[in-house]
Amino acid sequence: MKIKKYGMIPALALGFAVAMAGTVSAQSPGVTDTEIKIGNINPYSGPASAYGTIGKTISAYFKMVNAEGGINGRMINFITYDDSYSPPKALEQVRKLVESDNVLLVFQALGTPGNSAIQGYLNGKKVPQLFVATGATKWGDPKKFPWTMGWQPNYQSEGRIYAAYILKNHPNGKIGILYQNDDYGKDYVKGLKDGLGAKAKEMIISEQPYEVADPTVDSQMIALKASGADIFFNATTPKFAAQSIKKAAEIGWKPVHFLNQVSVSVGQVMTPAGAENGEGIFSTGYIKDQNDPQWKDDAGMNKWRAFMDKYYPDGDKTSSFTTYGYTVAQNLHKILLSLGKNVTRESVMKAAASIKDMDLDLLLPGIKINTSATDFFPIEQQQMMKFNAKEKRWDFFGPVIAGEVRGS
Amino acid sequence: MKTSSPVTSIIAAVGATVITLAQNWKLAGFILILVLGAIFPFWASGVFTFQITQLLIYAIAIAGLNLLTGFNGQFSLGHSAFYAIGAYVSAILMTQLDMPFYLTIPIAAAVCFVFGFLFGLPALRLEGIYLALATFALAIATPQMLKFKPIEHLTGGVQGLTLFDRKPDAPFGLPFDQDQWTFYVTFAVTILMFFIAFSLVNSRSGRAMKAIRDNQIAAKVTGIDLSLFKTLTFGVSALFTGVAGALSAMLIAFVAPDSFQITLAVAIFVGMVVGGVGWIPGAFLGGLFILFVPNIAEHIAFGLSATFDQIRKIIPFFPSIGEQSAKGLTGTVYGVFLILLIYIMPSGLAGLLRLAVQRIAKARG
Repeated sequence: MKIKKYGMIPALALGFAVAMAGTVSAQSPGVTDTEIKIGNINPYSGPASAYGTIGKTISAYFKMVNAEGGINGRMINFITYDDSYSPPKALEQVRKLVESDNVLLVFQALGTPGNSAIQGYLNGKKVPQLFVATGATKWGDPKKFPWTMGWQPNYQSEGRIYAAYILKNHPNGKIGILYQNDDYGKDYVKGLKDGLGAKAKEMIISEQPYEVADPTVDSQMIALKASGADIFFNATTPKFAAQSIKKAAEIGWKPVHFLNQVSVSVGQVMTPAGAENGEGIFSTGYIKDQNDPQWKDDAGMNKWRAFMDKYYPDGDKTSSFTTYGYTVAQNLHKILLSLGKNVTRESVMKAAASIKDMDLDLLLPGIKINTSATDFFPIEQQQMMKFNAKEKRWDFFGPVIAGEVRGS
Repeated sequence: MKTSSPVTSIIAAVGATVITLAQNWKLAGFILILVLGAIFPFWASGVFTFQITQLLIYAIAIAGLNLLTGFNGQFSLGHSAFYAIGAYVSAILMTQLDMPFYLTIPIAAAVCFVFGFLFGLPALRLEGIYLALATFALAIATPQMLKFKPIEHLTGGVQGLTLFDRKPDAPFGLPFDQDQWTFYVTFAVTILMFFIAFSLVNSRSGRAMKAIRDNQIAAKVTGIDLSLFKTLTFGVSALFTGVAGALSAMLIAFVAPDSFQITLAVAIFVGMVVGGVGWIPGAFLGGLFILFVPNIAEHIAFGLSATFDQIRKIIPFFPSIGEQSAKGLTGTVYGVFLILLIYIMPSGLAGLLRLAVQRIAKARG
């Protein structure tokens, strides 16, 4: 018998399912009458270990779910492994999750490189790669990868939102760009350019890349100021965002400043940069900021606070990773709840691809989760916001904007 | 009884073979390894087969570094660069020219040999820690070079190259799945590479390499061409690591700059030190360490919170760690392992084994 690419795997899976059927009732891998196994990989060690907070928050979230009786009578067994942000390690750990731990699905695997390494494997095995923790645009491609779905607004759609704002309010502006030289930074720049359309060529007068290993972005900032740009598009990760905001103030450059929402953390970016230097910076958001006093008595925010106090007391209550982890975990929680007793890999994927106006505790008012069989981008709406240095918070303004970008 | 006669003759034949093998333990060991390798994928699960394949790949890379450091006295903290070049050469040949994977291994080996040889030329002027620093720079630079715009259409830039559709299947309708076949290919290449490594260190050239390591001036006086041997060793070392890289491209079916960060260079270096500098089979022990100890460290770290709580029941003032915070201690636990290991076994697992053999020999008188 000639074995074609992965032709054997469905057969093996079937054999396995049949074998399982003898012991428990006929159910999907990772699901018994009392338990649902969910797998995850996060960088708990290595250069990107700050992101590990997301995995820890999700672990704590499912502890809460279990303490409150589980989901339709089943407890959640959340198995999370460390991949140190290394693609080979990511594949090893995901294979362990799927083949040894026999999980129902892989949830919130973090990072673009790691997800690229596991995408082919998971789709080949028909295991959901649900709500990946990266904003790259390539995760919403249901035709080619029907088992992979993104979650957060993708970087390109955010870039388009800034472009629309610039075209409306500063049509004759000269734009200088600082971006991280990887797919994340380039996705932002592409979104901005696509949004500016034909005007991109004349409006963008300087593009300065930096490497994630660079110690500072000082020289890039000086070059941007020298270029004469009066609009600054800042597509940087937290450390460099703080440096660039500070440097702009030091060299007396006062452009209209657009900062990507990857780096809007008040605690990690705005305060180290000097809050007064951040006055008037524009960005976008979709999750409520726990440091923002306008959510002081917000019901959803209070639920999150109670969760943090009880289930993740050693967590950082100012970190946006904890609100993010809580929100994405709640999304999966709601999907599983809606399935009743019929929890399989197919049913989860089907439910994830047919969400209508789902509301979550920490999403900004007006922002809803929506997906369809052809739309694998759950969050596509955002709202613009402006930094208020005096109150050290972001003030939202304008309407909720949809910046839809379909995967290529 | 009639039926017993073929059985007894088989037993006799087996007995005779066992006696021959017992007299030639090297051959016996080799056959044992072959048999174990042949039956392993049938006994092991898919993940375990995958992990052992990864171990063999690390072992080849570590052996490559060991040839350079253990046998020639040159340091390198940059072998992730050659690993990356091997992986990318293989991946690019597969994606651009549709070349079958097997053909890409010798080409990756040749390209890495040339790269290593060329890097060895300026390295001639550098000694010890200065060479370590230069190779370190190479390891830092390589992931960025892979994103370099003019070659982005080949390397795929930061996105890397996905090879999932190009993983080789077992040929001639052999009844192996991809995991098993990948293991067999890797196993065969491993045997070949270690055969080359053993032959090399026991040859005239190997003695020249060791002579240079032990005393350069003395080596020169005996007529050894220092620069030639040092650059050649660099080339061969890079070749080994490049072959490992090419195999990893097939195993992971994905190459990206993030796969070849400085942490990989450090892992190969750690593997060499742990396995034993200057001892070829130590590469397998080193591979075992860098593959599995991080996983063990992870398990320990994830359970630390509960352990601390247990201790607190006995010693009330013992500190507590939150269950989630403990997950962040994987790297720390791994570090503790490494420190303990180096402290207890300063010459690696090889030194420990040698010590054990000496003790046993002594006890026997």
